[in-house]
Amino acid sequence: MQPFTRHTAVAAPLLKDDMNTDQIAPVLHSRGLKEDYKAMLFYRARRRDDGSEDPDFVLNKPQFRNAGILVTGNNFGAGSSRESAVWSMIANDIRVIVAKSFADIYRENCLQNGVLPVVLAPEDADAFIARVVKVNGDGPFTVDLVSQRISGPGGPDIAFEIAAADRTRLLEGLDDIGLTLKHMGDIKQWEERAAAAQPWLQTARDARQQQGGAS
Amino acid sequence: MPRTLFDKIWDFHLVGQRADGRDLLYIDRHVLHELHAHHAFTQLGKQGRPIPRPDLTFAVQDHTVATKAGRNDDTNPSGTAFLRAMREGTRKNGIKLFDIDDPDQGISHVVAPELGIVLPGATHAVPDSHASTVGGLGALAFGCGTSEMTHILATQVIAMKKPKRMRARLDGGLGAHVSAKDVALRLIAELGVAGARGHVVEYAGSAVRGMPIEQRMTLCNLNIEMGGRSGFVAPDETTFKWLAGRPYLPQGAEWDRALAHWRTLATDDDASFDREVTLDCGALEPQITWGTDPSQVVGISGRVPEPAALDASRRAAAEGAFAYMDLKPGTPLAGLPVNRVFIGSCTNARLPDLEVAAAVVRGRKVADGVVALVVPGSSTVKRQAEAKGLDRVFREAGFAWGESGCSMCAGGNGDRGEPGERCVSTTNRNFENRQGPKVRTHLASPATAAATAIVGRIADVRQLARGAA
Repeated sequence: MQPFTRHTAVAAPLLKDDMNTDQIAPVLHSRGLKEDYKAMLFYRARRRDDGSEDPDFVLNKPQFRNAGILVTGNNFGAGSSRESAVWSMIANDIRVIVAKSFADIYRENCLQNGVLPVVLAPEDADAFIARVVKVNGDGPFTVDLVSQRISGPGGPDIAFEIAAADRTRLLEGLDDIGLTLKHMGDIKQWEERAAAAQPWLQTARDARQQQGGAS
Repeated sequence: MPRTLFDKIWDFHLVGQRADGRDLLYIDRHVLHELHAHHAFTQLGKQGRPIPRPDLTFAVQDHTVATKAGRNDDTNPSGTAFLRAMREGTRKNGIKLFDIDDPDQGISHVVAPELGIVLPGATHAVPDSHASTVGGLGALAFGCGTSEMTHILATQVIAMKKPKRMRARLDGGLGAHVSAKDVALRLIAELGVAGARGHVVEYAGSAVRGMPIEQRMTLCNLNIEMGGRSGFVAPDETTFKWLAGRPYLPQGAEWDRALAHWRTLATDDDASFDREVTLDCGALEPQITWGTDPSQVVGISGRVPEPAALDASRRAAAEGAFAYMDLKPGTPLAGLPVNRVFIGSCTNARLPDLEVAAAVVRGRKVADGVVALVVPGSSTVKRQAEAKGLDRVFREAGFAWGESGCSMCAGGNGDRGEPGERCVSTTNRNFENRQGPKVRTHLASPATAAATAIVGRIADVRQLARGAA
């Protein structure tokens, strides 16, 4: 995973609550195993009914075309578990999402991919949203995970909280599977204990085949 | 110290704590589907990482499969690559696949319970947000992303912080033609789409105890629509009776031993929850969504709400929903003309769902101009329904009868509505464009969907049943 230390980019205000993953990364009718995540991001929201670009959608506005920080409301990323809703952010160089809150699975998917999910307290979030709207893309913000601060035009630095474990993981770009594989001994021991205490958990066999064929 | 059932399952499955403070929770059963699994196979292959427990891992083809009779890999061209990648990946890794032509094929959340792959008190993971459907059998199930799925394949554990405990106590007897779908929609309406975020929800109370397993699964299926991390119903004799004889369960003496353990699975009387909510279901009428998220719900006799009547935090979303749904505040839901009806999905496509719908449809005709489709949740459900003649009931009424899969729930297989159509659907999400660009989805129960197909307008199944519609 790509480590995250700090990110400097224009911040775009997406002033909606409950943005769901169908909106963030819609399932498109024709697709394959290698999808165009860059084009997928807000694919429908970016377009008008006739397929042309909607100039009113925030990321289509000239000052936000290269935005790398998304600022949004409550419960961002509700809905399906599709990780493409985070991959499509990365494909567009959006590495920070500042929200009032995130849906659980979406937040986890961010952490898994080196995207920083920043949660601000409601009053801080409202103030930051107002500031981002006022700045209107005129100058970048810097989100620094080392100092846990957001700095930029239009006001003082803003401190944010993040769980120490999540911070370390992003800063070091830790290999999540590698971290867990250090516990393979614990996992094997657990399996032995479970096989004794609740043996049915450790086997899953089709009884129809056992009856029908050679054992 | 008294513990909730969630605590007990969590504690038993806790393998250890990682250096970064996350708990490692053992996953007893892992079920994959073709839309996401190929990413994991590719990544693990590149990293040279083995899958240590393919024997506890299962795979289905559900999201992209066509529902047309005689289907194959190419019937839905946009699914072909996914189906083949799944076949190849499971073959290489020794994982049992319920392939497109397997008699056990179907939607993962329907297939795993009916085969007995799901066990009470066990942990379960699926790279799909509706994983907690199987909580209806008392399993603790987590929906996860692609990276988490890959992690589970490589380690058989999930790394997470323990969610909070929540209990939803649902009391009262359900009225005629009212089902778990109506209960769940009402609960989501009350709590909001983020109402259970960060929590594992135990569904309890007399209304839940009275529900057959299939309805408990519908209830737990919709847990994610209020943001819950997982949701389950503690197992009881209804559960054990439902499970008995299913092929992947322990057999013989081991079944007896498992059963004795499962009978102990309950929340202690004085255990405490981080949050408790209650809902009286006694006076509940059939429910239906009017908007574009699953919390925008009214009773079938209700009207599209006036913005002033809504909580201030819900007004902006409502304004957007009025426009998308082409509805004005104050419009009664019942009587709205519809173009399409879909009965299917992991929410409502088990045999009793189809029986309820067929009972409404029997001897009647789908209204002119309405396209109506039934897609059984699994190939097994399809065979069982056909053995009972339900396919004939639906077909004679003018419904199409499909092969099993996710179908119109997210339209991943090409089953979609046309722009501007109004669709009553037994699925779980009424998000904009989900069932096709500009399709206007109303979520409802199988009974309400069936009645709507007959009337051609959103209908109160109770009136149709009385012959008054």
